[in-house]
Amino acid sequence: MRRPVETLGVNLALWAVGLLTLFPLFWMVSASFMAPGEASTFPPPMLPRAATWANYRLLFAEHGIVRQVANSLLISLLATALSLLFNLTAGYAFAKLRFRGRDRVFRLLLGALVVPAQVTMMPLFLMLKEMGLVNSYAGALVPWLASVFGIYLVRQYALTIPDELLEAARMDGAGEWTTFTRVVLPLLKPILVTLAVLTFLGSWNDFMWPLIVLTEREVQTLPVALAVLSREHVQDVELMMAGAVITVLPVLLLFLLLQRYYMQGLLVGSVKG
Amino acid sequence: MSRRSPAARRWSRRQFLGGAAGLCAAACARRDEPLRFWAMGREGEVAQKLLAGFEAENPGLRVKVEQLPWTAAHEKLLTAFAGDATPDVAQVGNTWLPELVALEALEPLDDRVRGAGLDLADYERGILETNLLEGRQHGVPWYVDTRVLFYRQDLLAEAGFAAPPRDWDEWTRMMLAVKRRVGQERYAVLLPLNEFEPMVALWLQQGDELLRDGGRRGNFRGPGFRRTLDFYLSLYDRKLAPPVTHNEIANVWNEFGRGYFSFYISGPWQIGEFKRRLPPELQGSWMTAPLPGPAGPGASIAGGSSLALFRRSRRKVEAWRMVEYLSRPAVQREFYRLTGNLPARRSAWDDPGLAADPHARAFREQLTRVRPVPQVPEWERIATDLRLVMEKVVRGDIPRESAAEDLDRRADRILEKRRWLLDRRARR
Amino acid sequence: MRGSAIAWLFVAPALVAIAVFFVVPVAAALLLSVTDFDLYGLAGWHNVRFIGLDNYLHLLQRPLFWRALANTLFFVLVGVPASIGASLGAALLLHSPLARLKGIFRTALFAPVVTTLAAVAVVWRFLLHTRYGLVNHGLATLGLSPVDWLGDPRWAMPAIVLLSVWKNFGYNMIILLAGLSAIPADLYEAARLDGAGRWALLRHVTLPALGPILLMVSILTMSAHFQLFAEPYVMTLGGPAERTVTVLYLMYEDGFKWWSLGPASAVAFVLFLFMFAFTLLQARVARHTGAA
Repeated sequence: MRRPVETLGVNLALWAVGLLTLFPLFWMVSASFMAPGEASTFPPPMLPRAATWANYRLLFAEHGIVRQVANSLLISLLATALSLLFNLTAGYAFAKLRFRGRDRVFRLLLGALVVPAQVTMMPLFLMLKEMGLVNSYAGALVPWLASVFGIYLVRQYALTIPDELLEAARMDGAGEWTTFTRVVLPLLKPILVTLAVLTFLGSWNDFMWPLIVLTEREVQTLPVALAVLSREHVQDVELMMAGAVITVLPVLLLFLLLQRYYMQGLLVGSVKG
Repeated sequence: MSRRSPAARRWSRRQFLGGAAGLCAAACARRDEPLRFWAMGREGEVAQKLLAGFEAENPGLRVKVEQLPWTAAHEKLLTAFAGDATPDVAQVGNTWLPELVALEALEPLDDRVRGAGLDLADYERGILETNLLEGRQHGVPWYVDTRVLFYRQDLLAEAGFAAPPRDWDEWTRMMLAVKRRVGQERYAVLLPLNEFEPMVALWLQQGDELLRDGGRRGNFRGPGFRRTLDFYLSLYDRKLAPPVTHNEIANVWNEFGRGYFSFYISGPWQIGEFKRRLPPELQGSWMTAPLPGPAGPGASIAGGSSLALFRRSRRKVEAWRMVEYLSRPAVQREFYRLTGNLPARRSAWDDPGLAADPHARAFREQLTRVRPVPQVPEWERIATDLRLVMEKVVRGDIPRESAAEDLDRRADRILEKRRWLLDRRARR
Repeated sequence: MRGSAIAWLFVAPALVAIAVFFVVPVAAALLLSVTDFDLYGLAGWHNVRFIGLDNYLHLLQRPLFWRALANTLFFVLVGVPASIGASLGAALLLHSPLARLKGIFRTALFAPVVTTLAAVAVVWRFLLHTRYGLVNHGLATLGLSPVDWLGDPRWAMPAIVLLSVWKNFGYNMIILLAGLSAIPADLYEAARLDGAGRWALLRHVTLPALGPILLMVSILTMSAHFQLFAEPYVMTLGGPAERTVTVLYLMYEDGFKWWSLGPASAVAFVLFLFMFAFTLLQARVARHTGAA
C-alpha cells in the first residue's frame, strides 16, 4: 500500500539528482549564448535574453581556436591509433601465447601501476628537450604509446577466446601473425572499440602533461588552451563558456554514441585483482 | 659534452613531426617565417600597429606579435627557454634580465648598438644600467616605468584635502578621513595581495639594500623592512585596505570609478587604461602623484621594459633591425601616444602630448627618484615569496612577528645556489 | 622455442615503449631527486650538484610542503567518502525496482565523468562566483547566506570537493550498480522473512555484500584524489593563502614554473610514498574488519 508513495519518492529523488547533475552543463551551454557581461548581472540569468553566436565567432575569428580543435583531434586520433597498435598485440600475447617469463613480466607490469605517472614528468621533459620534441605532437603522444592498463584490458578480454580456435588456425598452417590478424582481431573487436573510446576520451581530456610539454599556442590542445585563455579572460564569462562547450561537446557526443563500449571498459578495468 | 646544433635538432624534430603527422610538410618548410615578437599587456596590443611602418620599410619581412598577459609573462619566458621555444625578440621587464642573462638566453648587443650608432646618452642612466649585466649590454630600454600614486581628487576633496600626500603621516591622515566618509563597505587604498610591487616600492624608500652581501642573502630583518612592514600592515589593521587579490576585484577600473578605493599604486600604462575605461564624467576627478615617503617624497621602483634578442634566434639581423626601428625617437613618440608609456629615450619626451599631459607629470618627477631592485636572477622568486608571506600575514595565517625571519630564511635558501656559483667563480 | 621468440615479438613494442618512457624516467627521476637541478641546470649540466637527500630534508622543513600535504589529505579524507557516498546513493536509487527511465538517468548521472576536467573547472569557477554565481544564488533562495567559495581560505578546498564529487560520482556509481545487481535476491528474501526493515537490509545485506567492491572502489578513488591538480590550477592557482596548493600542484610549480626539477622530483617521490602507504593501510584495515 505504501508502494505509490515510495515510487513517487524514489523517482522524485532521481529527478532531483539528475537535474542537479546536468545543471552545470546546461548553464555552460546557456551562458555561451549570452551577450558579453550578461552572465555577471544580478540576479544571475538562466537563459540568454537574446541568444547570440558572438562568443563562438570571437573564439574562431579572433582567438583562432580552430587550430586547437585540430590539435586536439589529431593528438587524440594518433594516441588512439598508437595505443591500439601497441596494446592489442601485447595484451593478446600475455593472454594466449606461451613464452618464458610471461607471467612474471605481466605481474611486474601490474606492479608498475602503483607508481603515479607524474613521477616521470621531470625526466621525461628533459629527455624530450634533448630530442627536440618539446612543443611537438610527438611529445604529447609519448605517454599514450603503450599502457599497462590497455594491455590488461585486452588481456582480460582475450582470455575468453577458446584455445581450440587458435589451434585450428595453426593446424591450417597459419603463422602466428596470420592467426592474430585473421582469427583473433575479429574476436577482439568489442574490446578494440572499448580501448579506442577510452584512449580517445582520455587523451582528449588529458591536462597536466600537455600543459607541461605544449607551451606554444600553435600546438596546444583545447583543454590547455582553454585554461590559459581563462586566466587571461577572467571577466569574459560568456566567451569562456563557449570555449568550454567546444571542448566538452565532442567527447560528450562520442560517449553518447559508444556508451556501451565505454561502460564495458570501465567495468573490466576496475574489477581487477 | 657533445650537443647537436640547434638547427640540426630543429630539423630532426620537424622531420619526425612530418612523418608522424603528415601535416607539417606545408607549414614547416616555409622559409619566410615571420619574426616572432613577444610583448606584454597593452604593449602587446599595440605592437602590431606600431610595427606597420617597419614592415612597410622591409618588404617581405613580417612580424608576428604574440601578446602575453603580464601575470603570465615571466613564467612564459622561462618556459620558452626550457622548451627551446624562445622568440626572436621579446619585451623583457628589466628586473627579469639578470635571470635570462644567467641562463645565457640573451644575445649581447654591444657590437650591434655600436654598429647602429644608437645614442645611449639619450637614455636615462639608471634605467640603462639595469640592462648592463656582466659588463655587457643585453637589452635596449623600450620604455621606463615606475610606480606612482593614482588617486581620486574628488573623494580626497570631500574628505577635506586639496593636494596629494607627501609623506606617510599625511597619507595616513587622508586615508583615515576618506575611510570615515566611505564607511564599512568601501576602503581608502587598494594594495592587491597578489602584487608585490607596492610593498617593494615602499621598502626601497627606506634606503636599505634589499639583499645583503652582494645579493647573497636576504635583508628582511633590517630596520627598513620592519618599518615598511609595520606601515603596510597598519593599512589592513585599520581597514584602510581591503584584504583582496585581483581575482576578487576583477575590474580595477570599475571599482576605482565606484570609489571602492581612492588610492592605488600602479604604473604609467594605467594612465591610458583609466582614460579609456573610466566614464567621461569621472575623467576630471582622478590624478597621479609621486609616491609619498616615510619623511617627504619617497623613492619608487626603477622599472620598465627592454627589448632583448634571443640567442636561439636564427634571424638576428632582422630582429635587431626591428629593435632599432622601435628605438627611433619618432616611433617612441608614437608608442607613447598609443600606450601612455614613457619612452626610454629622453628626446622623445618633448612630444607635445607628453609634455602637456598632467597625468604624466608625476611619473617624470618620480623618475628622478627611482631605485632598482636587486639585480640577481632569483629576485623574482624572492619577491613572489614576499607577496605570499604578506598575504598570509594579512589573512592572519602566520604571526607578523615571524614574517621577517621567515622571509630571510626563504631568501637565503633561494640564494644558496647563487652563493655556490659565485664562490665557484671566485675560486677559478 | 620459435613460438616463444614470436611471442616476444608480439609484446616487444609495448615493453620497449614502457621501458623507455616509463621505467627509465622513473629511475631517472630518482637520480634527479638527489641533485639540485634547477634553472641553472637547464643552462648546462655543469651547474648541477649531487646533494644526496637534501631535497627531501629541505622538503620536510618547508611549511608549504606541509600545507600542501594537509590540503591534499583534506581532499582525500573528505572527498573520497563524499564521492563514494554520492555514488552509493545514486546507485541505490537507480537500482530500486521502483525507478523509471533508468537508462536515461544512468547516462545523465554519468555524463560529468566524460567531460573535460579543465573545461568544467572553468564552468564551476563561475558557478561558484561570490556575487554572480548560481550556487550562491541557490543558497540565497534557500535562505542561506552567500559563501565566498574561492576567495575564502576556509571554503576553497570544500568548493573543489564539491566540483570533484559532481564530476566523479557517476564513475563509481556504475561499478556499484553492477555490484548491486550481482547480489543474489534470495539473500534479501531470507532477511525479509526474518523481519528486517529497509535500513536493516541495507546495513546487514547490501553493504556487506558490496564490501569487496567498496574496498576496491575506495582504493582507486583515493589514488585518484591524491593526484589533484587541474582544479586548483584552473580555479584558484593554489590560493587563497595557499589553501588549495596540493602536493602535485607544488610539484608542478617547483618543476615547471620555477624549473627546480631536482626538488620537484623529490616531491613526486614523496607523493608516491604517501599513496603507497595509504593503499597498504586501507587494504590492511579492510582485512582486519573483514570487509575483504
